[in-house]
Amino acid sequence: MKINLKINGEKKVFDVSADEYLADTLRKNGYLSVRKGCDTGSCGACTVHFDGKAILSCVMLSLRADGHEITTIEGVTKKAEKIGKYLVDEGVDQCGYCSPGTIMSILYLEKCIENPTDEEILHFMNGNLCRCTGYVGQLRAIKKYLEGKK
Amino acid sequence: MISIKEYVAPKTLDEALKVLESSKKATIIGGGAFLKLGSINISKAIDLSKLNLDFIKEYDNKIEIGAMATFGDIERSKVLKKYFNNALGLSVKDIVGVQLRNMVTVGATVYSRYGFSDILTCLLSLDTKVSLKKQGEISLEKFLIEGSNKKDILEKIIISKDGRKASFKSMRNSKGDYAILNLSVSKKDDTYLIAVGARPNRATLAYETIKYLKGKHIDETVIKKACEIIEDEITFGSNIRANKEYRKGLSKVLLKRALTEVVNYEN
Ligand SMILES: Cc1cc2nc3c(=O)[nH]c(=O)nc-3n(C[C@H](O)[C@H](O)[C@H](O)COP(=O)(O)OP(=O)(O)OC[C@H]3O[C@@H](n4cnc5c(N)ncnc54)[C@H](O)[C@@H]3O)c2cc1C
Ligand code: FES
Ligand code: FES
Repeated sequence: MKINLKINGEKKVFDVSADEYLADTLRKNGYLSVRKGCDTGSCGACTVHFDGKAILSCVMLSLRADGHEITTIEGVTKKAEKIGKYLVDEGVDQCGYCSPGTIMSILYLEKCIENPTDEEILHFMNGNLCRCTGYVGQLRAIKKYLEGKK
Repeated sequence: MISIKEYVAPKTLDEALKVLESSKKATIIGGGAFLKLGSINISKAIDLSKLNLDFIKEYDNKIEIGAMATFGDIERSKVLKKYFNNALGLSVKDIVGVQLRNMVTVGATVYSRYGFSDILTCLLSLDTKVSLKKQGEISLEKFLIEGSNKKDILEKIIISKDGRKASFKSMRNSKGDYAILNLSVSKKDDTYLIAVGARPNRATLAYETIKYLKGKHIDETVIKKACEIIEDEITFGSNIRANKEYRKGLSKVLLKRALTEVVNYEN
């Protein structure tokens, strides 16, 4: 079946099967920033924006996305690079597998909460697991990014 | 693994029901997150996302939440923040992450009567009805006990705006994990409603404790007695998260906290 998507501002048409998930459709079509960690909605590695909201592409059927707008890291490279630097500086980008999902969540946080408290940041980032590093360094990196200290 | 032969996104509820009844393995897709965890062969997947069921509407005496409203919608809802001391929003806020909450739906959760559910416990402590396409309106209390007697579609839930104060409490081993136990208390006039869930069985009202508390002035002695009643009347079980003795003990702590909070809200 054909689906029409707007991905990172570009119109795309993909052929998908009824039981295909968005994370797979995106990866098959070159959006390799979209990772699959758990493939069950628990880790956040597959986070993308769907009509501006952060969602998990591993649990969204591709046909559900027909007619909607998707943003992946490939569509926000400048911002992603900037956030990535803060993560590296705080030592919280090691294997890097979780980073695209984490960065998409940080961008969503920035949109949803103005001047978030530490508690709000930690709560907001709860759906992004990182198995290499911890969340204290991540909190420092996010705060520094939001404060625009660099 | 989930396998789907055909995918349809009906434009009306009548059409959705027709497809659901057309095949034994026809399955409704809400947010799709829970279906993804299991293994299922679906003949016709029925996507409800084109039915405009993602509403949260306020009327004079009730609030209606559409089946496709997500937990994220509930958490952010300005309407729901105004009532029941935001207990509904607070009941979903620790469920995994913000992205999952932007997907999982109220309709799927209520219809499936999940034992671990946080929001079901909170809804049960309010005056809540479920509205099913075929069977019409049923109290949530009855629906949780009896379930649906035929394949049906949950259209919306209806909550009385009756001025209740409410407090939802839960305990998790770690944030984002399923609750070990959850408990919700509401108070209207001199009557309390107390629901306990994730026991790990599905939520139930604590009938004896409710009876005991009716009309009582809440003080340390009354709370102590209520805690003794609740630990005796509720059936707790064991699973990988906790054993039943631990849940029993926890029920007293959560009841004390929730009761105290509700009374403080009143004052
Ligand atoms: C990783 C993970 C962790 C979770 N942790 C928690 C937690 O800690 N606490 C908690 O309370 N919940 C938790 N949940 C459950 C979640 O909150 C939802 O209850 C669950 O995902 C169902 O919502 P859904 O929209 O994904 O349902 P779906 O997967 O779409 O559907 C589930 C079932 O409901 C049926 N259905 C869907 N909509 C309707 C309808 N309108 N009418 C009739 N039938 C319908 C479907 O056919 C299916 O059988 C978790 C879920 C996941 C995936
Ligand atoms: S891969 Fe989607 S949440 Fe883990
Ligand atoms: S850096 Fe390896 S999982 Fe996060």
